[in-house]
Amino acid sequence: MTPSQTPAVEFRAVSRHFGLVRAVDQVDLSIAEGAFFAMLGPSGSGKTTCLRLISGFDKPTSGQILIHGQDVSDVPPNRRNVNTVFQDYALFPHMTVRDNVAYGLMVKGVDRRTRLDRAEELLTLVKLPGFGDRRPGQLSGGQRQRVALARALINEPRVLLLDEPLGALDLKLREAMQDELKALQKRLGITFVFVTHDQHEALSMADSLAVFSDGKIAQIGTPAEVYDRPKTRFVADFVGSSNVLPPDLTRAFGGPAAWSSLRPEALRLTTAQAPIRGTVTAVRYLGAGSRVTLQVGGTDVAVFVPAGATIPTPGTEAGLSFDPASLHVMAEG
Amino acid sequence: MRDAPAILPERGLADRLTATFWRHPRLLLILLLAPPLLWLGVVYLGSLAALLLQSFYAIDEFSGVVVPEFTLKTYADLLRAQNLDIILRTLLMASLVTLASALIAFPIAYFAARYARGRWKALFYLGVMLPLWSSYLVKVYAWKLILAREGIITWFADHAGAGPLLARALDEQWFGGSSLSTSPVGTFIVFVYIWMPYMILPMQVALERVPNTMLEASVDLGASRVQTFRTVVLPLALPGIVAGSIFTFSLTLGDYIIPQIIGNSARFIGLAVYQFQGTAGNLPLAAAFAVVPIVIMLVYLAIAKRMGAFDAI
Repeated sequence: MTPSQTPAVEFRAVSRHFGLVRAVDQVDLSIAEGAFFAMLGPSGSGKTTCLRLISGFDKPTSGQILIHGQDVSDVPPNRRNVNTVFQDYALFPHMTVRDNVAYGLMVKGVDRRTRLDRAEELLTLVKLPGFGDRRPGQLSGGQRQRVALARALINEPRVLLLDEPLGALDLKLREAMQDELKALQKRLGITFVFVTHDQHEALSMADSLAVFSDGKIAQIGTPAEVYDRPKTRFVADFVGSSNVLPPDLTRAFGGPAAWSSLRPEALRLTTAQAPIRGTVTAVRYLGAGSRVTLQVGGTDVAVFVPAGATIPTPGTEAGLSFDPASLHVMAEG
Repeated sequence: MRDAPAILPERGLADRLTATFWRHPRLLLILLLAPPLLWLGVVYLGSLAALLLQSFYAIDEFSGVVVPEFTLKTYADLLRAQNLDIILRTLLMASLVTLASALIAFPIAYFAARYARGRWKALFYLGVMLPLWSSYLVKVYAWKLILAREGIITWFADHAGAGPLLARALDEQWFGGSSLSTSPVGTFIVFVYIWMPYMILPMQVALERVPNTMLEASVDLGASRVQTFRTVVLPLALPGIVAGSIFTFSLTLGDYIIPQIIGNSARFIGLAVYQFQGTAGNLPLAAAFAVVPIVIMLVYLAIAKRMGAFDAI
């Protein structure tokens, strides 16, 4: 499928207020067709509300939402060609897995034979062939998630919405599902929009992402852009574990008097005679290396020390060196 | 901290009891269950057995004395036309009362479960429970006045120009009487009113247990409101509806006061039991009548189970 010029989803100055709370505040957003798009942010940042505005479970207070170029302001959720994978999966407990998956076709009036065949195909797609006769209550968390995915895909939506799709799974399963979701999206060519508060998930799965903060989008870009060149302190802080340096420290590090970010992996520990140095306050073992925190002029600076290198003991002094090009000065404070 | 003992000192009886229960976990269970099981076993099941036994005796028609010998004569009596009439009338009334209660209760329970929050929820509980705080007899007599020929309904109908319509309706054989308070429809109205809370509350609990995302998922997949109701809400709320209907159905089957005060003095099962064990002195027949609601309820539950009413529990 070749991506067309029309975005799959477009927000034009969309706001959603709950009383005095501006859950979504004047958001402009454009999600390209065929994209794997992540909405990343802490809880209460407005990302889930945005998802609910696309699916139609919530109506914007003001602004316009377009799906494939068509204004959906007046279109109820059951007529939007958009389907959702819910965070709690929301499988119907009184139906078999097969009937759950076939539900979208059942309410459309597709005959029983056809819809059950199609449900079986989708169960095969999500690697659960032969599970049709079971009840959702008999499945594990990971299996339920696959059923929810199959159910949401049976109507062949143009946009698939995923609300914290992997949130309830344990780490190992989550990583496996990340790869699978990514592969599935490539294969189907459907636009995936997923909401997450997990920065690793967003960075590893999405082709582009929006970072939400207080109902606004703090930054939109590819994972590399957002990770390497955060626009604001909030983004630098939230996406990954970057050091955020205040203006005076930025200057000490050789930059202008502005806020900047510096990745822990861009820093190296040197002898205590270096021009920039600090006191080691904490050491955290991460497996592939250690994260050493130093206090430099009142600010905590984290350094990633790869496995094999010497780890200083807390309380001692250590110097810092880094590649000046990796110091990213931020446009806003 | 190093000097602290590994085992803390026992502080008294409560600690000793805790230790005993920890060592013998079943003991607590037995202590908790014994009184209710004794009550249920001896008092309830015992009297039920005595009742069943009575129904297999019969009275001697000349002396009116109960003959303690096994016989099916009393059950044969039960199937006589005038007694069968009582059973069918009660069954019809209980079914209609249950159906009407379900229809009226559903929107109320749905509102309370899905929309009411905070103060509205408190108001809902108050509104549903308040009638239960006043005496049943007071309510029934209040209804007698409301439904009487001089009551507010007739007054309202007269002033709204519907007086002749009401009078015509009351002329109908199956339904009417000289006024609403002496007609079967009056009995029906009061039954529905009195048992309504018992339908609303279990329904509300069942509806509350249906998560909102379940309804959203249905709509998301393209279902209309009606389809969502039929395929998701109703099946998931069914256990609650069945629970409510068990209350309204069995309470109507057994009641003997409302038909005495309101209606055309046609007899219902409860009233028949009351009269046979009292003035008529036919204890076996009263017992046989009392068995009827039990059998009906068992059949009803079997049908409900067959229909999958309890699958979602």
